[in-house]
Amino acid sequence: MDIKDIISMVFIGGGLFFFFTGVVGLLRFPDIYTRMHALGKCDTLGLLLNVVGLAIYNSSSLTSIKILFIAVFILLTSPVVTHIIAKITYDSGIKPWQKDNS
Amino acid sequence: MIDFFIFVGVLLCVLITFIFYRVFAGPTLFDRLISMGVIGTKTLVLLLLIGFIYKRPDMFVDISLVYTLLNFIGVLAITKYLRRYKTDGY
Repeated sequence: MDIKDIISMVFIGGGLFFFFTGVVGLLRFPDIYTRMHALGKCDTLGLLLNVVGLAIYNSSSLTSIKILFIAVFILLTSPVVTHIIAKITYDSGIKPWQKDNS
Repeated sequence: MIDFFIFVGVLLCVLITFIFYRVFAGPTLFDRLISMGVIGTKTLVLLLLIGFIYKRPDMFVDISLVYTLLNFIGVLAITKYLRRYKTDGY
């Protein structure tokens, strides 16, 4: 249990925490836009922390570079996906949730 | 350290079962689309963890790389198809 393991455990724990908050946001929020709002961020950050933690655990080899490439790719594509789904949802006529209407 | 990975993998599986509730109960089609995207990223992390549990990460890293690309392209394809999808407001 050297220092490398402890650091990767901290990263993976952080990633797991953000996965939990993302799922709570997915289940609890009243409207699709709020769920999308919660998931776009929590999912990306949770995945990023997990992936960096695993890259740290697998120290200094080609596979850790590939793992970090996954992190960079997710950083680029996840906001694009959330934006596209939000645009399609709004174009299809779904109104954002207000406090008065159920 | 491997036990920690197994523990995190089991937790991820529990999370995925929670997300399946939103897949089935989601009022709109796009709820289901989002939760499938989320399940995609969770399985990506699960795949990497399995690679490290089996102590053969280089094979599983390639698989998860391809899975990331497919996940992204799949959502693009679905949303391109759904551009003409009209609902009645809710």
